[in-house]
Amino acid sequence: MTDRLQHWRPTASLDVLKKRAELLRQIRAFFYARDVLEVDTPALSVAGNTDPNIESFRTDYTGPGNTNTLYLHTSPEFSMKRLLAADSGAIYQLCKVFRNGEAGRQHNPEFTMLEWYRPDFDHHQLMNEVAELINDVLGKKEVLKISYQQAFIEHAGIDPLDTNQNALKKCAQQNGLEKVIGMDEASVDDWLDLLIDQVVVPKLGRGRVFIYDYPASQAALAEISESDSRVAERFELFIDGVEIANGFHELTDVVEQRQRFESENKKREEVGLSKLPIDENLLAALEEGLPDCAGVAIGIDRLLMIVAGVDSISDVVTISSIE
Amino acid sequence: MASYSTNEFRSGLKLMIDGDPCSIVENEIVKPGKGQAFNRVKIRNLKTGRVIDRTYKSGESVEAADVMDTDMQYLYNDGEFWYFMDPESFEQLGADANAVGENTKWLKEQDTYTVTLWNGAPLTITPPNFVLLNVAETDPGVRGDTSGGGGKPATMETGAVVRVPLFINEGELLKIDTRTCEYVGRAKEDD
Repeated sequence: MTDRLQHWRPTASLDVLKKRAELLRQIRAFFYARDVLEVDTPALSVAGNTDPNIESFRTDYTGPGNTNTLYLHTSPEFSMKRLLAADSGAIYQLCKVFRNGEAGRQHNPEFTMLEWYRPDFDHHQLMNEVAELINDVLGKKEVLKISYQQAFIEHAGIDPLDTNQNALKKCAQQNGLEKVIGMDEASVDDWLDLLIDQVVVPKLGRGRVFIYDYPASQAALAEISESDSRVAERFELFIDGVEIANGFHELTDVVEQRQRFESENKKREEVGLSKLPIDENLLAALEEGLPDCAGVAIGIDRLLMIVAGVDSISDVVTISSIE
Repeated sequence: MASYSTNEFRSGLKLMIDGDPCSIVENEIVKPGKGQAFNRVKIRNLKTGRVIDRTYKSGESVEAADVMDTDMQYLYNDGEFWYFMDPESFEQLGADANAVGENTKWLKEQDTYTVTLWNGAPLTITPPNFVLLNVAETDPGVRGDTSGGGGKPATMETGAVVRVPLFINEGELLKIDTRTCEYVGRAKEDD
């Protein structure tokens, strides 16, 4: 039988699907044992994600009610923060999230995300809990923790908190990236994104590594550090060089949150993307008071790739969205 | 001028890079969850065959190369050019030594080859993966030795030299893998 006639078949094997079911079971057991409540928030929202590096899918609602354009969530973050502001306590969610324009060996435009929030945790406490979950599902192993600044100094020979485009360009050249096309007007953050992916993380090698305290310019929804205003209390987990988790000691200040949304929308316009409606309900919830908390999102498909020992996401999603 | 955005990158896409026609061998999107996306690309220079790595900031556009593959019949060589004919239009094109390169050793009159055209002129010639060729010259066959061990050189009718088993004789028709220059087996005319 030719491949052509087999196109209807699911992309993941039955063996991998069993591993997926087992992984989800382990995750639910982990949170059940810790008394973290499973929640289920909507995938559709009148607000979009203003992050200029993430594209929301949009769709049109027709029927009773007033709204027309709705956006598929790129993470359940905004809804879950509304639950936290309504005194939910610790919560977690397993859900599908959607990101337009992302397809490749490690990307699928829809993927399964595990997201959880811990009131009264900071990002270091949450990193510890992430490490415990990973130990549960992948087996116990040592976890390395290194700050973003230290990781760049050790592995790229540059201080990411005290640098500029020219120095970063030279650093890229010295590290084997002689020619990168389209970087003439690149920002410091564009260069840092390039270097962390192509130089720093590959040199960290295999194993589990947390990188924490990202530059304030890459704070996303994280609190700026009180002890060093150059960094935000944000972390990522890499396993064998693959980005697995992103977490924050969450920003709770409503004024700053609105400023970040607006400056992201401004950036979107500058690079020719459309402005997106800001989540006013989230801002109202912050106004009311988001408890001090830390939150993290884990890419479940990528985690399953490690469990199953495969190197393409299409081998772990039941049916790949992109042919 | 036609161009492709990095969103359209896929293997086999033909691009102009530093003035040379190139083909994408491998395209990988790398993107931090909350950061700038890049395309990490392996590109083959179609003139030199060399494969290079390039990184593009996603969203960039790259000029397209007017490159197409077409099946053509090899006719003859006049000492300077190797002439190929389009079997449908009967149009003839001359390929120079740069385009034909080492593949002269596989060229047999009347047989069909893939001619890669750049701006309408032959850029490279690719023989089929397997060709059937007669042995023009080799040491006499060793009767009874079918082990295939050791082997000996044989010059094929087109000039290619291939290592063959000891039992092969001059005049025999063989199936050869042009990618590895290896003997596959004996062949019949209608194989």
